[in-house]
Amino acid sequence: MSNASLVSAKGLTKRFGDFVAVDGIDFEIHPGEAFGFLGPNGAGKTSTMKMITTVSPISDGDLTVFGLDPAAEGPSIRSRLGVVPQENNLDEELTVAENLYVYGRYHDIPKPTIRGRIDELLNFAQLEEKRNATVESLSGGMKRRLIIARALINEPDLVILDEPTTGLDPQARHVLWDRLYRLKQQGATLIITTHYMDEAEQLCDRLVVMDKGVIADEGSPAELIERHSTRDVVELRFASGTEEAGLDRLDGVVERMEPLADRVLLYTNDAAALVDLINDREIEHVQRLSRRSTLEDVFLHLTGRRLVD
Amino acid sequence: MGLATNAGHFVEANFIGYRRTWRGRVISTFVNPVLFLAGLGIALGSMVDAGSGEAQLPIPYITFAATGLLAATAMQTGYGEGAWPIMAGIKWRKSFDAVLATPLGVGDLVSGYLVWGAIHLAFTLGVYAAIAVLFGAIEPLPALVALVPAVLCGVAFQAASVAFTSRLENETGLTSMMRFGIMPMFLFSGTFFPVSQLPDWMEPVAALTPLFHGVELVRKLALPEAGPPVVSTMPLWIHGAYLIAITLIAWLLAIRWLSKRLKS
Repeated sequence: MSNASLVSAKGLTKRFGDFVAVDGIDFEIHPGEAFGFLGPNGAGKTSTMKMITTVSPISDGDLTVFGLDPAAEGPSIRSRLGVVPQENNLDEELTVAENLYVYGRYHDIPKPTIRGRIDELLNFAQLEEKRNATVESLSGGMKRRLIIARALINEPDLVILDEPTTGLDPQARHVLWDRLYRLKQQGATLIITTHYMDEAEQLCDRLVVMDKGVIADEGSPAELIERHSTRDVVELRFASGTEEAGLDRLDGVVERMEPLADRVLLYTNDAAALVDLINDREIEHVQRLSRRSTLEDVFLHLTGRRLVD
Repeated sequence: MGLATNAGHFVEANFIGYRRTWRGRVISTFVNPVLFLAGLGIALGSMVDAGSGEAQLPIPYITFAATGLLAATAMQTGYGEGAWPIMAGIKWRKSFDAVLATPLGVGDLVSGYLVWGAIHLAFTLGVYAAIAVLFGAIEPLPALVALVPAVLCGVAFQAASVAFTSRLENETGLTSMMRFGIMPMFLFSGTFFPVSQLPDWMEPVAALTPLFHGVELVRKLALPEAGPPVVSTMPLWIHGAYLIAITLIAWLLAIRWLSKRLKS
């Protein structure tokens, strides 16, 4: 294990009976980086997070967190972690401030220190006006921000966010991303699991693409796109009934294309030239969109499947 | 950080939660004792006391019922607190996952919850005992003495209930236990009539139930002069040992089973 790693995994495996949730993965997470696990539901991301947070014992392989063994030093590791779970588990009956206070006490932080941090964290989470409101009365986005604030009460060395924006509307997601980005700017080390490629692209310095318990590849978002996709993508939608004919006519137009249920993706380094070619060939279609490649395309290439069904 | 500190933080959290929710529970804490003591103690009691026969009690029926009800209320409160809130923590609200993401462990959680349970029981049963005193069912000092065994009885049930709940997939088991475990004990373990009144074959069965020992312990300590048929001839220490044994065994099982449930 390198001394610089906050988390180090080698051949990390998690089995539930016969089912292998995490199948021998390797990764290293360094201080100050935002590290992502991108993959669809059921890829093994949450199981991996549960092993890092010492909630779930590892089945095989090696795992150290802050250089410590999760099986032997759970409480020491957890005292330095901030955990944002996938499902909201706030105390609904308590107020916003009480949720933070109680969590601070679990971390054995002295009361005066907690009070100071509550003020800072409510400011950070933009929840000052909700200080004395019960959690039941908060919107989904506010609850997520409170959970993030709660995870920061012990000034953690590593913050673990499991699907932080799942279930939020677009506006609430952007507010949350802004907060996480700010956290990152302050030098926090983040682990983020997500099945949203835009989330991974916005927040992660480095990420692994995970599917069916294994890591398909690792790199920065830009590196992964360069390695597994072209610069541009042209999406074409055909009138229903003409898909097959359309696909036939596209034969040889690009090196790589991915027919999906409702459209076809054409991979190219020059979208404008490709669009000209499509027009020249008079390939009939009902809708066309040119865009840059994303991690979704990377995922499609690596696994043959889409991230979100 | 020691176990005591950690568990203490969980006690504090439960106290803060109670401060927010006690209003919703005020009915069962204050109104139930009034209803039971008025309905059973006074109304039924006047009939029992006026009657005659071999079962006649040497003490007013309301005193007999109030001491029995104190232990029975401890049972119901302890069972309830160990059942639905625990299922909520495990499954419905997953609040235990949040606790276990901090340095606290399952041992802290269970221990803290049972210590909190004892405090909560002392308060709820204290209210009950005070109302019984106002009804003239029991003298103030014996009422105070009766609180200690009643809390022990409640904690035993709460510990057993936490252990039981941590093995359940859903709440159907909780209602079944209420129907087929708690209610029969409430009716047949000596709360409303001495178990010596039961058919011969049922008497030893009733004497095996934890509530019987809670009721006996409360009556023997609160009414030291009482003899059969108010209390059994069983030695006092058996009742205490029985309840303490249940508490300790259930405590350890609760930690073990809840760890298995929450840390897989």
